[in-house]
Amino acid sequence: MDRAAIIGVGMTKIEANKNRETFADMAWEAVNKALNDAGMSIDDIDNVITTSSDFWDGRTISCMAVGDAAGAADKNTSCVEGDGTYGAFYGYVRTLSGSYKTTLVVGHSKGSQCISSLITNAAFDPIYERVLGLDMITACAMQANAYLNRTGLKPEHMAMVSVKNHRNALKNPMSQLPMNITVEDVLKSEMIADPLRKLDCSPVSDGCCAIVIAHESVASKFRQKPVWIRGLSFCTDSFFFGDRDLSRSNSLVEAAKAAYKMAGIEDPKMEIDVVELYDAFSYQELLWLEEMGMTAYGNAARLLEKGEFDMEGPLPVNPSGGLLAGHPVIAAGLYRIAEVVMQLRGDAGEHQVKKAGTGLAHGVNGLCGQSHCVWILDKER
Amino acid sequence: MAKRVAIVGTGQTFHKSHRPDVNGQELINEAVQRALADTNLTMKDIDVVLIGNMDHFEGINYVDCWSVDGSGGVMKPVIKLTTGGTTGASLAIGGYHMVGSGMFEKALIIGWEKNSESDTTGAITTAFDPIWDRQVFAGAISGLAAEAQAYMARYGASDRDGARVSVRDRKHAMNNPHAQLRKEVILEDVLASPMLADPIHLLDVCPRTDGACAVIMVSEDVAGKICSKPDWIWGTAARHSYAYLSDASFGRLTSMEKCAKEIFKKAGIKESRKEIDVIELYQPYSFAGLIWIEDMGIIGHGEAPQYVWDGNTDMGGELPINPSGGVISCNPIGATGLIRCAEAALQVMGKAEARQVPDVNFAVSTGFGGCFWTDMLLHGKNKPN
Repeated sequence: MDRAAIIGVGMTKIEANKNRETFADMAWEAVNKALNDAGMSIDDIDNVITTSSDFWDGRTISCMAVGDAAGAADKNTSCVEGDGTYGAFYGYVRTLSGSYKTTLVVGHSKGSQCISSLITNAAFDPIYERVLGLDMITACAMQANAYLNRTGLKPEHMAMVSVKNHRNALKNPMSQLPMNITVEDVLKSEMIADPLRKLDCSPVSDGCCAIVIAHESVASKFRQKPVWIRGLSFCTDSFFFGDRDLSRSNSLVEAAKAAYKMAGIEDPKMEIDVVELYDAFSYQELLWLEEMGMTAYGNAARLLEKGEFDMEGPLPVNPSGGLLAGHPVIAAGLYRIAEVVMQLRGDAGEHQVKKAGTGLAHGVNGLCGQSHCVWILDKER
Repeated sequence: MAKRVAIVGTGQTFHKSHRPDVNGQELINEAVQRALADTNLTMKDIDVVLIGNMDHFEGINYVDCWSVDGSGGVMKPVIKLTTGGTTGASLAIGGYHMVGSGMFEKALIIGWEKNSESDTTGAITTAFDPIWDRQVFAGAISGLAAEAQAYMARYGASDRDGARVSVRDRKHAMNNPHAQLRKEVILEDVLASPMLADPIHLLDVCPRTDGACAVIMVSEDVAGKICSKPDWIWGTAARHSYAYLSDASFGRLTSMEKCAKEIFKKAGIKESRKEIDVIELYQPYSFAGLIWIEDMGIIGHGEAPQYVWDGNTDMGGELPINPSGGVISCNPIGATGLIRCAEAALQVMGKAEARQVPDVNFAVSTGFGGCFWTDMLLHGKNKPN
């Protein structure tokens, strides 16, 4: 297989309500930033992939609202519905299939216009499950309980994730919720769905992110230093919760394994220097880290407590502040990729981690992590 | 190195306006089982699943995740593409790139729709800008009527010309066991059917269908082992721009023109009318069977009515169009574009049975949707260079 690299990234600031901007306005900003970052003009882009969701956008054929602003008007284009990491995956294969050399991928979301509970309720089975009133938060509360029960951990362990990520966000100018908080603050915040308190949950956010993927034959042709795509994979678990063990995530285990194999990584904990993962809820950072093989099941909280996942620790996790500090739903995974790219280039500014040669970016689709997408990026080819 | 890609099997459901006998997952599974049976593959052999529909028709969010019990995608990579009416064709293009990249060897591609659960026009209306377009330009049919009117005004075509296309496709559908509407009509039937949006009569347009289609695409490394006569994908193209509807130039489908030029150039096709043997056109209403074949470059502007009247696009004609009966005979929207692709593949593979066009070397399949968008695939008997 040929190789590809990410040669430009652009993101809007993540905000609670960009009420002065349309989807197209946000896409215009992120795409132009990505093109500037790459040292390209839109004429250098061969094809465009948008990532959007009819449900989250409240529009049928939601890609229609951003395509032109993303520069797709007279280019080959398509749309992935789901997290931005999946859109980027499709952009990656299009770059390698012999048809195109450069692919622009853009993902947007305006949570401020959404009723998240109704939208995520519509992801459940229409006959058997929706009437129970399940939505993403109540479902994830069940998963959090299953995880705490299985591991013997306590809500204060989840709370430590929130403390760390909000603190990291203090150094990220793009984040929505930079905060200096304590475990006490998290445990005293409003109970949303037991055991998830307000500060265990990611906020409602607006934002847009864009990246440029280039085939190896042109990756060094433009101004920006390429960050190489070393390995990537995605995997989808069963739909019904009764068919899954909610306290675990088999599909993440498999996606991570496949991505490591492609990247030639044998010991992820030692070989990966920085992780940006999909922490929609505090407990997820612990569970996802364990299932992606960074530590034994049930052990992440202990390492977190020791500071191993801090900005200065041996494996910084979510130095950007993660989703807990800003969660534009469909774009969130693309933000993870862009953040890792900036870390590996040494361009992350105040939230730059010390050693960053190899990084992992992670995205999620569906309920309670039914589907996971894992990217391994590298400074070196 | 990029891999060449071929279709080795297809499966379609029994299509009907309402399939209360199955839920969505079961409908999807019906198509998947048939595609697997067509190839003698099992789900174990499938490396990636691509699926698509239009969310607001069934009201199900995260369809890629919800559908795994039907698609067979449990513990496999499953990805969803959605581009409106073009969805099915966009999925086929997606499968081509997934396999062509070398990342996956065998892709299962699924388009489906249960239109009986939908308020189709209600959902389509929300595609347009909430401030400027939505109030004045509802659903799909009004835009198509504007296109037909513009074409008629510019080239002096009549509603009889449109009706002739409808008569053709409805006749062709008699040969296709998968078509939903299999009833031959005459010109007068079409013209006497209720007027929906001038000049479009009821028998000029597509129905709403419950149905699914599955296509299996594989890399050149295994295509010959699975299928003695695979359908090779020679090229793909898509154009999806969005003009506010009041700015759109009605009467010409520029997205079709751009896709055709790109694909034919890439494949070295100079005289498309002579070199293409059959077209499966995503033709949601009869007049598109005139306007869009001009934009594809098959025939000059304004010349399609005569070309069609002369029988050139009928079975046995110079360039048969829609041997399957096309979209006006069957329209499970998220599957419709993929059915065009599957039907074109059947033609190339020589498996189209009663609707087979003899000796197909090149076939074209298209998708239509969004805001006058086109997706296109070129299928060929021979492996591309």
